[in-house]
Amino acid sequence: MKGVRHYPGFLGMTVLCLVILYAPLAVVTAYSFNGSTSITTWGGFSLRWYVDVFTGPEATRFGQAAWNSLTLALMAATAATVIATAAALAMVKGGRFRGRAASFALINLPLMVPEIVTAVASLIFFTTIGLTTGYGTILIAHITFCIPFAYLPIAARLEGIEGHYEQAARDLYATRAQAFRLILLPLLAPGLASGWLLAFVISLDDFIITNIVKGAGMETLPTAIFGSVKQGIKPNIMAISTLMLAASVMFVTAAYLINRKGQKTP
Amino acid sequence: MAGGDDTWRPLARPLLIPAWAVIGIFAAVPVFLMVVYSFLTKEFRGGVDWTFSLAAYDQFFVTRGLFGDEPAQVEWTYITIFARSIWQAAVCTVLCLLVGFPTAWFIATRPERSRGIWLFLVTIPYWVNLLIRTVSLKFLIRDNGPLNDSLMALGLIDSPLPLVNTNLAVQLGLFYSYLPFMVLPIYAAVERYNFALSEAAADLYASRWTTLCEIVLPVVRPGIVAGCILVFVPALGAFLAPDLLGGAKTFMIGSLIDEQFKGSQGNWPFGAAVSVILMTLVLIALILYARASARDGAREAGQ
Repeated sequence: MKGVRHYPGFLGMTVLCLVILYAPLAVVTAYSFNGSTSITTWGGFSLRWYVDVFTGPEATRFGQAAWNSLTLALMAATAATVIATAAALAMVKGGRFRGRAASFALINLPLMVPEIVTAVASLIFFTTIGLTTGYGTILIAHITFCIPFAYLPIAARLEGIEGHYEQAARDLYATRAQAFRLILLPLLAPGLASGWLLAFVISLDDFIITNIVKGAGMETLPTAIFGSVKQGIKPNIMAISTLMLAASVMFVTAAYLINRKGQKTP
Repeated sequence: MAGGDDTWRPLARPLLIPAWAVIGIFAAVPVFLMVVYSFLTKEFRGGVDWTFSLAAYDQFFVTRGLFGDEPAQVEWTYITIFARSIWQAAVCTVLCLLVGFPTAWFIATRPERSRGIWLFLVTIPYWVNLLIRTVSLKFLIRDNGPLNDSLMALGLIDSPLPLVNTNLAVQLGLFYSYLPFMVLPIYAAVERYNFALSEAAADLYASRWTTLCEIVLPVVRPGIVAGCILVFVPALGAFLAPDLLGGAKTFMIGSLIDEQFKGSQGNWPFGAAVSVILMTLVLIALILYARASARDGAREAGQ
């Protein structure tokens, strides 16, 4: 059995792949604990740059940016999940109806258009209708492009849920609303959780669209970091990067565990 | 539930209204408006004047000398930027495939228990902020960064390799950014692959590599094509890797568009026109993809 699955060198390529993916992250994490003010020389282990992130000269700027990022991601992910759930119920359980194919194309539109094009198109739109760019326009843009990302795991989960469960509840005199709330929704929960998490991370990560529709004076964490990095990579940026890296790892682990738990139930 | 049921069938359209409204108004209408803008007249200090003009496309394709009084000739500046972007995205796709396919194959052939861990390891970087990953890469490969330091300490090179601001650095950045996009769809395809086919080929004295080329690759092709599209399309319009790791000589489409919408130097109709041209290229790639997957689907149905 092992014979046909095994190809010499493939393990090497996998290791190479992982080294490429992790080396830059590992190096930045290591250097974020550098006690020196220079990024080139090693000045011993220290947490000074983490202290600097929270109390240093740029602390208020990054704090405000982090707050903006977090609130935007929470709202965008929640709104996108609600809209995507409604859409997924219609697409998966609604049977055949006219406009189904068009709806599918529309939901996935933000994935088809290159991000920079979406960014520019949004800016043109907001300017034309006279909306001042700022927090509001970022939120609208984030909700829009998060919908397909939330949709994918929710629809996939929904497709795996057989109709019998709901039907059995209906046979036992549950109302439609009860069957939905007590049967379908709990079964769908892992899909909702991964959809929400995916949308949350996508919103938190976004740079290109936010950078174009944010307007003057408004910053999210990525745009604030980008602004700093333009003047050179400073040690406090490495500390922030490491913190964000840790947050991402925590999120993926959470999503992974939720998914694994979800697979054990039907 | 492909057939639908009584509870959900009548609700299908009402449930789609929010998605239609949000994506329709905030994604489809803006793209349409952008196409309109590309045919308008540029106004100083950014913005547009609502009179029809082909100036933006003219600026892209045609030059009439520095003062605009020479006979019209093909303008190569922007075509070169597009050609460079297409080349970079294509090379990136090939590199991702060369590393991504063996990785995906290796993971998919692990025992079920350890497979999850390998997949998890490949997925983590995909979830890490792209900006942070790009900055980290710049930190690693800069002139007196850890990579050059280690190579010099090992005595492999005498002076630092000037990597930053080169096409190579941008290439590395693109490769690094989009590699996970290649691994995941190929993994999904290999996981469904029926290894009895490989065994049958081996029984008939096909070598490992013959089996790979003649049996495996045609069967997992949909996954490979999907991975290529997922890498090529974002790489074509990439902004962060060329902007942070490149310089003036590595300018790509993403930066060209971005520049047109920044400050008073901008030219909105021109930026819109460049976006329209980029979108057309992506559309062509997607149509080719749809055709390829339709062919695969037809062949599978025929088996």
